[in-house]
Amino acid sequence: MKRARNIAAGVLVLIFAASLLAGFVAPAPYASQFRDFVSAPASRRFWLGTDELGRDRWSRLLYGTRISLLLAPAAALLSTFMAVVIGGIAGYAGGWCDRIIGRVIDLFLSLPWLFLFLIVRALLPLNASPLTSVTLTFTIMGLVGWAPAARIIRAGAQSLRNSDLVLHARACGCHGLRLVLIHLAPRLKPVVFAQFWIAVPTFILGEASLGLIGLGVAEPLPSWGNLLRELANPQAVASNPWILAPLAILVIVVSCFQLLLPEREFAS
Amino acid sequence: MKRLLVVFATTAASLLGQWGGDLRFCLRSDPKTFNPLLVEDEASETVRYLTGGVLIRVNRLTQELEPELATSWKISRQGRAIAFQLRRGVSFSDGTPFTADDVAYTMHTLMDPALHSPTGDSFRSAPGDVETTVQAPDRVTIVFPAPVAGLERLFDQVAIVSSRSPKKEAATLGPFAVSHYTPGTGVVLERNPHYWKTDASGHHLPYLDAIHLDIQQNREIELVRFTRGELHLINTIDPEMFSRLAKQEPSLVHDAGPSLESEMMWLNQNPAAPLPDYEKAWFRSQNFRRAISAAINRADICRVVYHGHAQPAAGPISPANRFWFDAALKPHPFDPKGAMSRLQRDGFRMENGVLRDRDGHAVEFSLITNSGNKAREHMAAMMQQDLAAIGIKLNIVTLDFRSLIERISQSFRYEACLLGLTNYDLDPSSQMNVWLSSASNHQWYPNQKTPDTAWEAEIDRLMQAQAATVIPEKRKAYFDKVQAIVSDQAPFLYLVTKNSLSAVSPKLQNVQPAMIRPQTYWNAENLTLAPAQVARNAR
Amino acid sequence: MWIRRIARHVAAFVLTTLIAGLLGATLVRFGPGFEADEQQLDPRLNAQSGQALRKSHDSERHLLTFYVRYLGRMAAGDLGVSRSLARPVAQLISERAAITLQLMGAGVAGGWLLGLALVLPAVLFRAPRYDLAATALSSLFLCVPSAVLALVLFFVNGPVRFAIALLIFPKVFRYTRNLLADAYTQPHVLAARARGLSSGRIFFRHVIPWAAPQLLALAGISLGIAFGAAIPIEVLCDLPGLGQLAWKAALARDLPVLVSLTILIAAFTQLANSASDVAIAACTRGRA
Repeated sequence: MKRARNIAAGVLVLIFAASLLAGFVAPAPYASQFRDFVSAPASRRFWLGTDELGRDRWSRLLYGTRISLLLAPAAALLSTFMAVVIGGIAGYAGGWCDRIIGRVIDLFLSLPWLFLFLIVRALLPLNASPLTSVTLTFTIMGLVGWAPAARIIRAGAQSLRNSDLVLHARACGCHGLRLVLIHLAPRLKPVVFAQFWIAVPTFILGEASLGLIGLGVAEPLPSWGNLLRELANPQAVASNPWILAPLAILVIVVSCFQLLLPEREFAS
Repeated sequence: MKRLLVVFATTAASLLGQWGGDLRFCLRSDPKTFNPLLVEDEASETVRYLTGGVLIRVNRLTQELEPELATSWKISRQGRAIAFQLRRGVSFSDGTPFTADDVAYTMHTLMDPALHSPTGDSFRSAPGDVETTVQAPDRVTIVFPAPVAGLERLFDQVAIVSSRSPKKEAATLGPFAVSHYTPGTGVVLERNPHYWKTDASGHHLPYLDAIHLDIQQNREIELVRFTRGELHLINTIDPEMFSRLAKQEPSLVHDAGPSLESEMMWLNQNPAAPLPDYEKAWFRSQNFRRAISAAINRADICRVVYHGHAQPAAGPISPANRFWFDAALKPHPFDPKGAMSRLQRDGFRMENGVLRDRDGHAVEFSLITNSGNKAREHMAAMMQQDLAAIGIKLNIVTLDFRSLIERISQSFRYEACLLGLTNYDLDPSSQMNVWLSSASNHQWYPNQKTPDTAWEAEIDRLMQAQAATVIPEKRKAYFDKVQAIVSDQAPFLYLVTKNSLSAVSPKLQNVQPAMIRPQTYWNAENLTLAPAQVARNAR
Repeated sequence: MWIRRIARHVAAFVLTTLIAGLLGATLVRFGPGFEADEQQLDPRLNAQSGQALRKSHDSERHLLTFYVRYLGRMAAGDLGVSRSLARPVAQLISERAAITLQLMGAGVAGGWLLGLALVLPAVLFRAPRYDLAATALSSLFLCVPSAVLALVLFFVNGPVRFAIALLIFPKVFRYTRNLLADAYTQPHVLAARARGLSSGRIFFRHVIPWAAPQLLALAGISLGIAFGAAIPIEVLCDLPGLGQLAWKAALARDLPVLVSLTILIAAFTQLANSASDVAIAACTRGRA
């Protein structure tokens, strides 16, 4: 398992480095349209072929990785953090505080959030840079996406509050923050890691659909989300399997993240 | 000649005995209404076309008028009145006889100002009531308060409803009648047993037993179902899917040439728009607009985005519109050098690859378009690269349709917009609300109190003049002038005219794809299915 | 005593549902394009018709007035008429509910079955390689856009309703796997193993009870996750269910439909979560 972990770390570092050095590694600028080579298959000049506007897919993948790989984990971290704080407080405090937070979570699970994104787009100037709007998009996704995990964490904290373990710790004079950090936090780890692992790809895909309402990455900037949108044409995949490259890298990155999180294994 | 062909084809079909069979194709959305007088959306229009009987039909192939329920008609009083001689012995689908009272009732209901129907509004050239007089059971005269330009053509959109049938609007005079509707899933039309048309051998049309209209928005799924043989036609197919299908089986797809649909962009010239003054000054300059137009490589857009199934557009009238098209009008040529010299005339200059205006502002603006339209997004990305070549930074923003409409017609918080244009009617009178400076669809600067510029005043004058006369040649001369002004001033930058692309199963016969809607099933009563298909359905 | 507790619960339930409806209406009302209509671009309409079109939103412009009136009608069993589909909202919902319930049922059941089927071997055999493979498989399904998933299923003639299960199972798998792995490292489980209890006995007597509260909470929210997954699937595959209705209504700014759906979802979410809360309470009490 340790070897797998080392490999995962290596792969992540490699992908990160390649995306950060995209300016040097990429054979062409991401926006350059080679209009005489539209939808070209993979070749020595275009490693992954070109898209429908004749842009080099390999270069776009490198540049797109940079945005998604930096912002999605950040947003996932934000939503996970909120889930821990809100769910933890509710479960640990109990009583009316728990009841109110429980209802707030239910509210969050049932509102039509699309309209929040529409409102944000309307407030943002049309000429806002793509980076500004995509950062904003990921931030809001992070701020809205905590509710399901908070419910599970709340349940964990609740059952823990009544457990022998915590009673014992209290009896020994362990209170407040110390109790939370030493005894509660480790108990919530499995859910926290699961939430993080699920949020990263969900947010990456979410960014692509929000690109449709004017938030997120706009043309010509690439992101994993809008690269993955190309897959919606299954026949194109058959003629040029290299379209699957962004999906493959996303799966690799998500799996590597998963391996690196120091979680419990089914040790025998 | 073409009509002869039709007759021949129908005869052949009847000789082969290809009766019966269920035709199946897709609607993009649920029809909003089954009342033909209230139709406003495309799906309802399809149902109306297939079920409704009209007095006069525009032949989709020849674009000439053909008598349907009216055997003849006469326009009088300078285009204010029209008298119809009606066909005798015709019944609605439920057996109720068709008389002049039904025409009077239909017009009366349609012209009710509270109805707010687009079809009714297109007849309304001036305030006042419409009078209908029934002279005999087969003769009726309709008098409008003011002359209506292209009056008889408008009746192509008016499906006659029954004044007496207990089934109300559900009783139809067209080849089919609605038999079943499952919301979200589909509409089934059954053949109208009382349809009046017969084929050459005297059999009652239509040939088909029924038409199944499946509600299917996803075009990929529609294509898969078509290739599997579940659907018989795709009325309008995306150019990309067209070429994909053409690669598999070239005989399945038809390119009928330029359609009535074009793509265009415009710059926001509204002086009240919440934009910086210097930007408004750019957009209101003819040189700037023409420079943008000259910098766009339309040929590349046709080739890359439309796979060659489009052509550079010159003006509001597509070459598909035989009478109104002005062949003298040419698209703005791709000419970046010419664009630069026009910009220099306005004091713009290039600095390190960035275009700056007289006061040093870098030229950067956004282009909004509706989301989910791949062709438009690609077109925008290509224009982005074209404009970058003359130092202009174009930011592309895709918005959902309602947000877009709010920006272009209420808040005016946008700089440039890319949209398509659909002509409902061949006659430019239907574009009154676009060209008059006081109109709400005068997109670049709507609802003007008085014309803002001399050329807009001239367009107003010409449009009024063409509407006031009934002589077609005179009207065309006026409208040619409007087109020339629009091409010169470039308030709308016309980009491409899309071709009319369709896919038709070889099992479906007598299909003659036309350039105008409804491209493939305009002769629905004459369509037949190959015997194998009929046999399978019968089983 | 218990009557008062139930009354308090019901009051909180009703209040939250009403607040959800109001907040939903607020988001829609102040979203851009609320008063825009696609018909406005139809050049055939004249000025009077254009004005009538704009006026048609008058009854919805003042949010609170609209909401109070809406609630009044709702009390009488009338949910209003959809603006975009021109049909009574109650009828729309009842026509479409069956499809979505079936989809969600298949999705939740399939998602849990698949998720658990992947987790259990990992728990019982504890082979790191298997764990790695299962992780990669669930990563794959988590990363595939739902459009692609649905289209591929359609292409291979697969059951489209199973698409939701494929969207849900990676989430179930990941939460469950982490929770169970954690449970196996608990002192009391280790102690039980040291005493040589059978693995089945350990699993059912010691591991499951320890992880139960959080698993139950997950079960409660998985309905919500399923509805979230139903929206893109129904939209992409043209299935006339509630998810598609919600999407269409959102695009058309159809206030009566959206408010009704928000209220419905809020009620459902709370019912599911209350049920899981009750079960959790029973669990923890049992343990104490």
